[in-house]
Amino acid sequence: MTSIEKSSEIKKSLEIEEPHEDFRMFGLITFLIADGMTFAGFFAAYLTYKAVNPLPEGAIYELELPIPTLNTILLLVSSATFHKAGKALANKKNIDSQKWLLFTAFLGVTFLVCQLFEYFHLPFSLTDNLFASTFYALTGFHGLHVTLGTLMIFIISWQTRSNGGIISYKNKFPLEAVELYWHFVDGIWVVLFIILYLL
Amino acid sequence: MTILINSKNEQKESLQPKGLLRYFSFSLDHKVIGIQYLVCGFLFYLVGGSLASAIRIELASPMSDFMPRDVYNQVLTLHGTIMIFLWIVPVVNGAFGNYLIPFYVGARDMAFPRLNAVAFWLIPPSGLMLITSYFVDGAAQAGWTAYPPLSITTPQSGQIIWILSVLLLGGSSIFGGINFIATILKLRRPGLKLMQLPMYCWAMLGTSILVVLSTPVLAGTLILLSFDIVANTGFFNPVLGGNVVVYQHLFWFYSHPAVYIMVLPAFGLVSEILPVHCRKPLFGYTTMVFSIMGIVVLGLVVWAHHMFTSGTPPWMRLFFTIATAFIAVPTGIKFFNWVATMWGGKISINSAMLFSCGFILNFVFGGITGVALAQVPFDIHVHDTYFVVAHFHYIVYGGSVFVIFSSIYHWFPKVSGKLLNEKLGILHFAITFIGFNLCFAPQHWLGLNGMPRRVAEYDPQFQLINQISSVGALLMAVSTIPFLLNIFLSIKNGRKAGDNPWNALTPEWLTSSPPPVENWEGEAPLVEEPYGYGKPIISE
Repeated sequence: MTSIEKSSEIKKSLEIEEPHEDFRMFGLITFLIADGMTFAGFFAAYLTYKAVNPLPEGAIYELELPIPTLNTILLLVSSATFHKAGKALANKKNIDSQKWLLFTAFLGVTFLVCQLFEYFHLPFSLTDNLFASTFYALTGFHGLHVTLGTLMIFIISWQTRSNGGIISYKNKFPLEAVELYWHFVDGIWVVLFIILYLL
Repeated sequence: MTILINSKNEQKESLQPKGLLRYFSFSLDHKVIGIQYLVCGFLFYLVGGSLASAIRIELASPMSDFMPRDVYNQVLTLHGTIMIFLWIVPVVNGAFGNYLIPFYVGARDMAFPRLNAVAFWLIPPSGLMLITSYFVDGAAQAGWTAYPPLSITTPQSGQIIWILSVLLLGGSSIFGGINFIATILKLRRPGLKLMQLPMYCWAMLGTSILVVLSTPVLAGTLILLSFDIVANTGFFNPVLGGNVVVYQHLFWFYSHPAVYIMVLPAFGLVSEILPVHCRKPLFGYTTMVFSIMGIVVLGLVVWAHHMFTSGTPPWMRLFFTIATAFIAVPTGIKFFNWVATMWGGKISINSAMLFSCGFILNFVFGGITGVALAQVPFDIHVHDTYFVVAHFHYIVYGGSVFVIFSSIYHWFPKVSGKLLNEKLGILHFAITFIGFNLCFAPQHWLGLNGMPRRVAEYDPQFQLINQISSVGALLMAVSTIPFLLNIFLSIKNGRKAGDNPWNALTPEWLTSSPPPVENWEGEAPLVEEPYGYGKPIISE
């Protein structure tokens, strides 16, 4: 921090009557706990069905693993690239940050395309049986989260542009918030992958 | 990191409408939002109350002659949904929480004022949507529990509107919960310790934790249910291989905590009102805090006691019976704390105090029937009978609604600067208390003798008791007249209250009444002993 910036900071803090801590991140974490509980409810329903509701003949599927495994890798890599974007922003490199964000969004879109591809090649559809319905509900609800996340990444990557963007190393919150959300969605996917595909 | 709040607030003041108009605006002031919640909730209470009157008129005779059976089902579904999701939950949480919590933590507003306004403005449209569903193809008929397969087989449009409405209300509730947690934990005035907070803050913290953990599960469940209705999936449809009991588990995982969401804030409010009118410190502050948190933890692991007749395996029955019986411990601690607070106090008999005492009496009775219902052999006998209806109303009406009225009498001078008329208030209490007990106490007898709930027709042998109950309901309906009269007369020409008519020590009374826009003229006062009554006051 240069001395000029420091003095302007001090000036600002004198104008503030009662400064308070920024707890937007705290609010977001609380919201994500709530969101996680929705998934927890879905997982609980799925596992209960698996335990107590026998499926009819011919309704037990070996799910193909290549695409979901690829998707897992895509999301994990995207978490890393998002982290890179945050680091670049902290080092005041907006252009780098923007590049990493767009790459992350690209990975998100690829994930969604892969998932759609998987949907179209599955041997069952939404109403075939209980497993099919639960499968689409779980992956669909997660896919909705990825879609929203990808849209938000596009928005913040636009806002990170060096001329006129509102996100900079001074105002990192939007990027950090979306980053936390994105890590959360990735974490949910890992749990979903284990419960739905591997168990 | 710090945020500039000063400049924002100046802008806020100039942009916000003044006077009555601000109650119809997207106001960010927590006091305005609190009143919006209260008035909106009360309007829905009048709607839900009219529906309740319709139910009691129908049940005055054994045959379904006042309305057809399917209309009766719609009426009882709307009555339950409106009273729970649009009256009690928004009012004990949203209305009093928004009004009081920022004062109690020594802040100028809630942590997220915009989110706060959004949370309120979700309520009127979803409530109106719910009511208008009656005119579409018939409102939902499956009760406020919406158990499948009933909710799947009844007319669909009403049920879908019901689901959408409850989803919106759930969203509103979650936003409110996030806001309260952030405000209580993060926005406290410097120097104010957690264990110095007024008890209502602890109650709201516990309630908000329950809201954040359990409401999303209901949302997920209702989304699955809507898929069953609209897309013909079979999550909860046994014909398609689904499992209705899974719905019941997920539903009660929210809806049992929902009872605490309705009654924990009421506990908090009573703990504020009793010390003021008894001029004694709240007895057992620490035990009160731990019992609230104990109820929060236990409240999350007792849901299956609603499902003892749903083919629940014996080990599960045993676990949930024991867990439920344990809830009586923290609740009993609170009950004895309130009695001990009153014991030897200099009690002033006024409307606020009377309603609080009424709450204690009703609630302890409802609590005892609750422990009885937790016992499997007894529960199987009275399951789905009027005994359950009586127990439930003793908790939510005798408990929460009595506290809401008590709180209105207590904080009306704070909001308006005027005192309510005590004579009308005592009349209101007398009619409500007599009417309530006349309405619901006989229903225990009906339930024990096997009258099922949620049916428009019943065995003629129950007619006399049902008529007594209906007379009680009529009295409850009449009791709103002196109340409304009191409110309107007092707003117009009530006696001036002064800033602190009760000589209370909690922070909200240490500013002018009605309070200024940013709550305090100067710095927020540091109240280390919110219940320090009966001690010499050290003046500055």
